[in-house]
Amino acid sequence: MSSAVQAVSHRRWWSNRDLRGWSFVAPFLAVFALVFLAPIGYAIYLSLYREQAFFGGKTFVGFGNYTDVFSDGKFWEGAVRVLLFLAVQVPIMLGLALAAALAIDSGRLRAPRVFRLVIFLPYAVPGVVAVLMWGYLYGTSFGLAADINHLLGTALQPLSGRWVLTSIVNIVTWEFVGYNMLIFYSALRTVPEDLYEAAALDGAGALRTVFSIKIPALRGAIVIATIFSIIGSFQLFNEPNILRNLVPNVINTNYTPNMYAYNLSFGGQQYNYSATVAIVMGVLTAIIAYVVQLRGSRDAL
Amino acid sequence: MKIGHRRRFRRLGLILAALTASTLILAGCGGSGGSGSANDSGGTKASPQALDAALKKGGTITYWTWTPSAEAQVKAFMVEYPNVKVNLVNAGTGNDHYTKLQNAIKAGSGAPDVAQIEYQALPQYALPGYLVDLRQYGLDSLESDYTPSTWRAVHVGDGLYGLPQDSGPMAMFYDKTVFDKYHIDVPKTWDEYTAAAKKLHAADPKEYITNDSGDPGFTTSMIWQAGGKPFTTDGKKVTINLQDEGSKKWTAVWNPLVQQGLVSQIPGWSDEWFKGLANGTIATMIYGAWMPGVFESSAPGGSGNWRVAPMPTYDGQPATAENGGSTESVIKQSKNPALAAAFVRWLNNGNGIKPFLEKGGFPATVKDLKDPSFVNKPDPYFGGQQVNQVLTAAADSVVPGWSYLPFELYANTIYGDTAGKAYQAKSDLNGGLQAWQDALVKYGNQQGFEVNK
Repeated sequence: MSSAVQAVSHRRWWSNRDLRGWSFVAPFLAVFALVFLAPIGYAIYLSLYREQAFFGGKTFVGFGNYTDVFSDGKFWEGAVRVLLFLAVQVPIMLGLALAAALAIDSGRLRAPRVFRLVIFLPYAVPGVVAVLMWGYLYGTSFGLAADINHLLGTALQPLSGRWVLTSIVNIVTWEFVGYNMLIFYSALRTVPEDLYEAAALDGAGALRTVFSIKIPALRGAIVIATIFSIIGSFQLFNEPNILRNLVPNVINTNYTPNMYAYNLSFGGQQYNYSATVAIVMGVLTAIIAYVVQLRGSRDAL
Repeated sequence: MKIGHRRRFRRLGLILAALTASTLILAGCGGSGGSGSANDSGGTKASPQALDAALKKGGTITYWTWTPSAEAQVKAFMVEYPNVKVNLVNAGTGNDHYTKLQNAIKAGSGAPDVAQIEYQALPQYALPGYLVDLRQYGLDSLESDYTPSTWRAVHVGDGLYGLPQDSGPMAMFYDKTVFDKYHIDVPKTWDEYTAAAKKLHAADPKEYITNDSGDPGFTTSMIWQAGGKPFTTDGKKVTINLQDEGSKKWTAVWNPLVQQGLVSQIPGWSDEWFKGLANGTIATMIYGAWMPGVFESSAPGGSGNWRVAPMPTYDGQPATAENGGSTESVIKQSKNPALAAAFVRWLNNGNGIKPFLEKGGFPATVKDLKDPSFVNKPDPYFGGQQVNQVLTAAADSVVPGWSYLPFELYANTIYGDTAGKAYQAKSDLNGGLQAWQDALVKYGNQQGFEVNK
């Protein structure tokens, strides 16, 4: 008898609080499960099988695809390349963005709005168009590079095997400096005026204010921008994939892990292996982003 | 058909599709394996009368193609057969189209009834059982209507998986103004071609006899012309030998041209390439008979400069290969395969050919290739030359016996990774072809074939 009462009260307690809460969250959860969890779950499911494109035999291979990825030279070639890209490009881009944000925030520029707009403009150019445009500039037969070589007698080869990664670094930096500058600039606008006043009263100059107030205030924004940039670097795809049209022998189908996954599935119909590459790369990205976040927030304390 | 536009634009589209690729799309295309439940060509054998009956009965079918004349063709068809409704879809060009087609077939629904498929891609769709064998509708009786090379191209094993839409017998397109300027004779053999390449590049280091930065379609066609048969397929058994006699015959000619820097490394179908064609930097192009249309639409600046001559050969005797070309096939998923087959018959063996020719297509049907109004038509882009005389003659001298790999599309995607390195390093193309072969053998064995075993 008493247990029945308890059950009723328990049910009431459940329906009153949790159920109502859940009903508010339900629409989100449904969409989240459908567009986020289900595809990831399906990709994991795919990665456990191996299906032949012809005479289709589908077999369960467990972690066989994963061990293959870890010993796949083509995968690591791409992964190491994006790591190198990350190590070089992200500091350059964020450094430039930071300098631009501080310059605009300093209030010493003549036309800060124009400055801000011009730096931000490349971000508004659709990525594909931007790369096509740069591809033309880099052209050594009829492009800008050809004109410069002709004029100055140089031998610039922006799309040669040696320089193409640098050229991609340049494109990506050009595209995203403005975006990161905006993140930094808006973070700077939230610094209360009285801090600056106090610093000025304490006799801090402009540089001292930058290093003691502005940059510490930006720490959160820098961590966020770094994480975005890390994710972006690991997903490098657009730029090399379009430039591949111009230099098909320099940029391989496995130039970056994303290109590799894409070509495996759409060129070679190796969906299972492709899903495995995508998952491994996703996990790698998550780990590195998490470590950065952990370090970033610890430093902030 | 006009392969030309394909390369230039396909990646752009691919990229747009790929922006959202990663796991989301990967998830979408693993789908239920296999070809659905439609049974093989066995069972009841229908006849050409069944196609006529299907046309009379009417219905709705969907047709995926990037053929420029498709709209005019579908319109004319629906006027002739008001009972039939054809939904025309341009699902992209080349690889774009194939990616969508492959996904729809894999997913088990959403594929068209009739799809354009290039000859080189046909085995990739026929072997897994995605296509309807048209022999069951008696269409194998149409053999004598087509050139032997295109008729062979629509067969995989014994099965007939489409009717030829067009053909691309190769010829040499050359810039006459450049040849005249440097007093170079039009080469008839590959030796003369090499000599012309040297003379031209020596006279002006900015000029090249042609460009080749590694194009798998060109390579396979050149090996074809040299008499090579690097790919043979017999059911599951595949043999790949890119070091056979024909392949080596071609590399013996092409190696010096690449290694001495006599061919430009401008990639085909790029903006630089179109400029090069228009301004005389590239003096010859050895490509399929669909090339005049590409010249006219994409290199208008070269109008009047270019002419057509037979493709150079090894011994001076006429010999050529096919380069490109498409068929229309009936997809097994179709709910109305008889009507779809009837539409294919109309397109490529009936009144559909006329609008196709009006849009500048190059036919595969013997009757049209011999039609004086087609053969003798002067082409203003080529200074009034009757280009079709050269091109139709080429259609008669295609070296027989060629077949593509059953996974030619994949092979094309990795050509740059393997053989392409040899162009880049100006090293021995034989080594590049060997690297290509090794990668293909590995892939084929992984995908269910028995390659070189």
